[in-house]
Amino acid sequence: MRALRISRRPAKFAVARLISPISAVGAARLGPLDLVNDDAPALPRHEGWHRLQPRLTGICGSDLSLVEGHASTYFEDWVSFPFVPGHEIVADTDDGRRVVVEPVLGHAARGLPLPFPDAAPGDGDDYAHLVGGHLKPGIQIGFCKSTGGGWSTELVAHESQLHVVPDHVSDEQAVMVEPAAGGIHAALATWPAVDRALRAGEIPVVAVLGAGTMGLCAVAGLRRYVPGVRIVVGARYPHQQALARALGADVAVPADELSRAVRREVGCHVVGDHLTGGSHATIDAVGNSASIADCLRFTRPRGRVVLLGMPAEVTVDLTGLWHRETELVGSYTYGTETMPDGTRTRTFDLAIETVAAARLERLLSATYALEDFEDAIAHASAAGRRGAVKIAFDLRRSRKKVESN
Amino acid sequence: MPRPGFVLEVDRSTPPILFWRGENFSLEKLPAGRSRVIYPPEPIAAIADIDGAIRNALLNPIDQDPLPALLFPGMKLTIAFDDVSLPLPKMQRPDVRQRVIEAVLDLAAEAGVDDVHIISALALHRRMTEAELRHAVGDRVYDAFAPRGLLYQHDAEDPDNLAFLGTTPHGEEVEINKRAAESDLLVYVNINLVAMDGGWKSTATGLSSYRSLRHHHNPDTMTHSRSFMDQHRSELHKSNWRMGKVLLDSGVKVFQIETTLNTDTFPPPFGFLSKREWEWSPRDRMTYLATTKALNRTPARMARNIFHSIEAPHQMTSIQAGEVEAVHRITTEHVYRQQLVEVKGQTDILTMGIPYISPYNVHSILNPILVQVMAMGYYFNMYRGMPLVREGGVIIMTHPCRPEFNPVHHPSYIDFFEQVLADTTDPHVMSQKWERQYAEDEWYKHLYRTGYAYHGVHPFYMWYWGTHGMKHCSRVIVVGGDPKTVRRLGFVPASTMDDALEIASDVVGRTPTITHIHTPPLMVADVS
Repeated sequence: MRALRISRRPAKFAVARLISPISAVGAARLGPLDLVNDDAPALPRHEGWHRLQPRLTGICGSDLSLVEGHASTYFEDWVSFPFVPGHEIVADTDDGRRVVVEPVLGHAARGLPLPFPDAAPGDGDDYAHLVGGHLKPGIQIGFCKSTGGGWSTELVAHESQLHVVPDHVSDEQAVMVEPAAGGIHAALATWPAVDRALRAGEIPVVAVLGAGTMGLCAVAGLRRYVPGVRIVVGARYPHQQALARALGADVAVPADELSRAVRREVGCHVVGDHLTGGSHATIDAVGNSASIADCLRFTRPRGRVVLLGMPAEVTVDLTGLWHRETELVGSYTYGTETMPDGTRTRTFDLAIETVAAARLERLLSATYALEDFEDAIAHASAAGRRGAVKIAFDLRRSRKKVESN
Repeated sequence: MPRPGFVLEVDRSTPPILFWRGENFSLEKLPAGRSRVIYPPEPIAAIADIDGAIRNALLNPIDQDPLPALLFPGMKLTIAFDDVSLPLPKMQRPDVRQRVIEAVLDLAAEAGVDDVHIISALALHRRMTEAELRHAVGDRVYDAFAPRGLLYQHDAEDPDNLAFLGTTPHGEEVEINKRAAESDLLVYVNINLVAMDGGWKSTATGLSSYRSLRHHHNPDTMTHSRSFMDQHRSELHKSNWRMGKVLLDSGVKVFQIETTLNTDTFPPPFGFLSKREWEWSPRDRMTYLATTKALNRTPARMARNIFHSIEAPHQMTSIQAGEVEAVHRITTEHVYRQQLVEVKGQTDILTMGIPYISPYNVHSILNPILVQVMAMGYYFNMYRGMPLVREGGVIIMTHPCRPEFNPVHHPSYIDFFEQVLADTTDPHVMSQKWERQYAEDEWYKHLYRTGYAYHGVHPFYMWYWGTHGMKHCSRVIVVGGDPKTVRRLGFVPASTMDDALEIASDVVGRTPTITHIHTPPLMVADVS
């Protein structure tokens, strides 16, 4: 198979980290990523495993942080090298189905008992299974040596991870299902704060800082699944602001104007850099020191900040969080959601509905062949500046090449 | 003998004409044979004995008893005065308000009046700083009254200190400063820089609240004020006069003191700004060149500080005191005597250079909304009879129009620019959709009351001020303005004057007639 592979070579990570601020192409070329012809991952001899041939696989922010050498050392114990990145996958299975992959390598995939009946791969309050069972460690496909990943022409996945794509959903929509699920999960994580506002007779205001793929998917999720909210988005680039509005934001402003825009919505005062009130909930879809600090400043006391963007090491003054009794919660992935009306459903089912209904294929800005990975990484790395949102690999072309060889 | 205003027909020998561009200027060549430039009258002579004239006005008022006869021991006396928005630029010390207030206080002291309050009538403008108050009323008055809390600024958001006096037959609510309303005598000290100042506007606007102001500071009133400088055709004027009647009927006794100034606007280093270009001496040309070159290299903030430090040499040309309307009739004649220029007919295009200052950005930034009000609210309205530009014509202004705001003075302007103008530039739509939210915003109220911020609703009023002009003209072009900002205002950006004329040609053809108003100094065109 043809694949992009990441190996544990600290020097390469260091080089990528040094070069990436200057040249994303350079980081892709000289960093830990290699284009290789390799054997396909072995099919585990446990029940329910399938071979998959990807059609499209997205490039996610967490993938970029790996390629550019910025990923947190936290993950070192939760992944297994070498691995093939790529977890936003629409693929064909060996039994002829077109599926999207729910990439978390959960209990079922690892042959372990489920935490509760019908649990999704991402469910459970003990992450021991992520490094256990018959697979090498790995939080999900795209970070695990045993399974391979989506940036290749072939990988393996467990039946519990597969969701058949309805005929009316295109490949371009389907590749947005995984990020959409992440955005919806974050949107639903605002519900406790939103619910409190609604019960108090207030119009809940949810701020979203950052309108890359995840921020925009969160906006789509808020609009579809969190009732009665005013959505205020801070986005750095005009095309992101336009997309945020198109996906249901009531207000979209430049990111550095978000605090002002939130204040306008709620009519509170300003003391120093902090709003005296603020949004009932905030989704931080950026995930760095500055964005977390900003979110803490304009989220109201006893409000909730949902950290959707993946942070690494950050430096933040948490005095405000302490004083304002702000909830700061992480939002990594998806699983089984409790909806505002109390019903329970799978995030991926919601996401499949959403990509079609919200026409999320419009977020897919460009696709590249696997062989053009340097350009693809460079494009994804500068997506905002270049007027793009989501960049993906089109494996359909690479697959044909491999077949003809 | 000062020369009257003058209309220059531009021909091939006419030198380039000076255009203000914020904190800088440029020389622009206007098309010969179809352009004209209106120059203001030269400054008329100031009164030689200003203090004598003041005392004479107080002792010999118009249609009212002399001031000493109105003063008695134990009475409540309130002196209100025009705020920092007047005059422009600020005048060299002593300010005429100081001279008048000192004269009134002398008479009050002679009469044994000891309950005196002095109030800055700022309506919804920002509060004045201590330095600005000292400049306006003088150190002696400030030191005697301010420390004891007897010199203070009107607070239009203090319900405990507002008095509701009734409504006009048109349903306009009249609410003014309670101390002023309940005083035995309210002495108002005015500086009448343009014809719309003064009269009942001093008290009915300067000492009022949003509850009152909204009845005339709205798009309908502004549309039907043609122009603000023509009292007989100004709905704004009529509304203030109706409110004045309510004041009178409710027993408020006003002793109005109005002053006029000449148009001696710039001190010697900047004297060339008031001259006619063909009369520039070699020294003037050198000064112009040196100034513009230096300003091109000066950071905007520093340039702003330089210009705002200018103190104008203008001086008092008249003072009249007594009954409000009688006084104001004479005041208006004096204003017209200084500012009126006879002009025949309209043109297709009106050009104007927007300077660094307006009534609303003293010691501050002329932000894009204030650029709009200067062009469409003030300069467009500097006429009597009919506008200088024909209906459907084009206005071309020069200004850098940067998206810069003073966050202390104009906090709600920033939100207005980002939120309201992003939604609509239609004054009627924004008044319905957005005005109340801004007027009632607690944070803006707090900043207005305790800081140096204009009231939250103020940017709306600035926008409404241009309602008639925006409706009258089919296109507004800004030469040299930041394109994105200019578009946000609903105007069209142009890089040069030629570019602007090219853009205008869509509307007015290839050979339009053009009027340029060469101001400041101020003028009013009497268009027939």
